[in-house]
Amino acid sequence: MKVKIWGCRGSLPAPGPENVIYGGNTSCVQITHGDTFIVLDAGSGIQRLGKYMNPNVKEIHILLTHLHIDHMMGLGFFLPLYDPEVKVHIWGPDSGKESLLGNLRRYFSPPLFPVTFSELPHHPVIHELSQNTFSLGGLTIYTDYLCHPGATLGYRITDGKSTVAYIPDHELGLGSSNFPHDPEWTSGYEIAKAADLLLHDAAYNSKEYSTKIGWGHSSVRDTIGFAKMCKVKKLALFHHEPTRSDEQINHLLDTSLRNQDLDFEVIMCAEGDVFEF
Amino acid sequence: MPAQPLELILARQFGDSLNMPVFLVDTEGNLLFYNEPAEEIFGLRFNETGGMRLEEWATIFKPVDVDGNPLPPEGLPLVKTLTTRIPASGSFYIDNMKGERYFISVTSVPVIGRANRYSGAMAMFWKTASI
Ligand SMILES: [Zn+2]
Ligand SMILES: [Zn+2]
Repeated sequence: MKVKIWGCRGSLPAPGPENVIYGGNTSCVQITHGDTFIVLDAGSGIQRLGKYMNPNVKEIHILLTHLHIDHMMGLGFFLPLYDPEVKVHIWGPDSGKESLLGNLRRYFSPPLFPVTFSELPHHPVIHELSQNTFSLGGLTIYTDYLCHPGATLGYRITDGKSTVAYIPDHELGLGSSNFPHDPEWTSGYEIAKAADLLLHDAAYNSKEYSTKIGWGHSSVRDTIGFAKMCKVKKLALFHHEPTRSDEQINHLLDTSLRNQDLDFEVIMCAEGDVFEF
Repeated sequence: MPAQPLELILARQFGDSLNMPVFLVDTEGNLLFYNEPAEEIFGLRFNETGGMRLEEWATIFKPVDVDGNPLPPEGLPLVKTLTTRIPASGSFYIDNMKGERYFISVTSVPVIGRANRYSGAMAMFWKTASI
C-alpha cells in the first residue's frame, strides 16, 4: 500500500513562499494498492493529483470524510471526472436528512460552479456510508462517524498487513471522557487503533484550542495523546492552520515533542510526503 | 472493550456537564454512565462503580410507590423507552443505598444517531423532594 499526500492544509488553501515545506493545498491523500486507486478527500490538492496521476487508471474511488468546503473544493477541478474512459465513485457520509448526492449537487451547480453532474461524461457513482466495513480491491475499509460538526467520517484502510487511519477533522477534546485514558469513550479509537500510520487533525496549539472549543479540531497535544492511547506506529499531524508558516509549524512540532517520551514517530505531514508499507 | 458509538460518547459528555441527574444506558439496559447529581440518587459514585450490568444496577435502583411497594420494571420510563424506542416519562419514589427516599420525575429518550443508529437511551431525573 502506498500513501501520497497531495494536500494537508486545513480550512483554506494557503499558497505562498512561507509555506513551501508543508504546502498550501487542502486535504487530499492518494492511496494505491495494486490496481486499486483511492483518493481521500477532494480538497484543493486533488487538482494536482488529477494532473499527474497515472493516465492508465480507469476506476477511481474518492472517499470524502465530510462536506466542509476544504474537503471538496477541488472536486470540480479533478480532470478524470471529465474523461469518458474513467469511472469515478464518490463515497461520503450519510448525513441523515439531505442525501449525499443532494449535498454534492449543491456544490456542482450555479452559482458555486458552472458544471452540473449531468453534464459530466459519466455521472459519478454515489455511495453513502455510516458505520460500514467494505472492500475495494484488496483493501478493507472501515468507517464511522467522528466528533466534528456535521456528519463526518474517519477511514481505516488495511491491506491485511498494514493499516492507515485517516482522521483529518476531529475534536478529541469534546469527543471523549477522561481523555486520554479511556479508549472505550474516545471518538475515533476504532478507526485509529494500532494503525501503522495515523493522519490526524492537529490544527491548534493548546492555547489556541482553549479559545476554539466546539470548532471541530484538536490540539497537537491532544492528538499526540490520542496516538499514544491508540498505540499507533507513526503519527502524521494534519490539517495545518492556513495562517501557520513552515517556520511556525516546525516550531510547533519542536515544542510539542519537548519532554515527551514516545515510542512512535511524530511528524508534521507535508504535501508530497510518501509512505509505503 | 470496543469504543462506544459517537452518539453515546457525546451523550455522556452532555450528561457530565448537567447539574441534574442523568443516566445513560445501552440498548440492553446496561448502565454505561451516571453523572454526579445522579450519584446522590444511587448513593454510589461512578468513579468507584464504573458502568454496571442491568442485573447489577437493577438491584440498587429500586423504584417504589407512595406506600413503598416495588414498581414493576415494565412500567418504568427507561424500560419503556428501551422496549419501544420512544420517549417516556413518569414519577415515583426511590430508596437509595443510604436508605434515603426521594420523589423523582424521570424523562427518558432513545439515542438514535445518524443513519438511524440506535445505541441506547438517556434518562434525566428531576428530584422533587427528599422525604
Ligand atoms: Zn477541514
Ligand atoms: Zn471540517
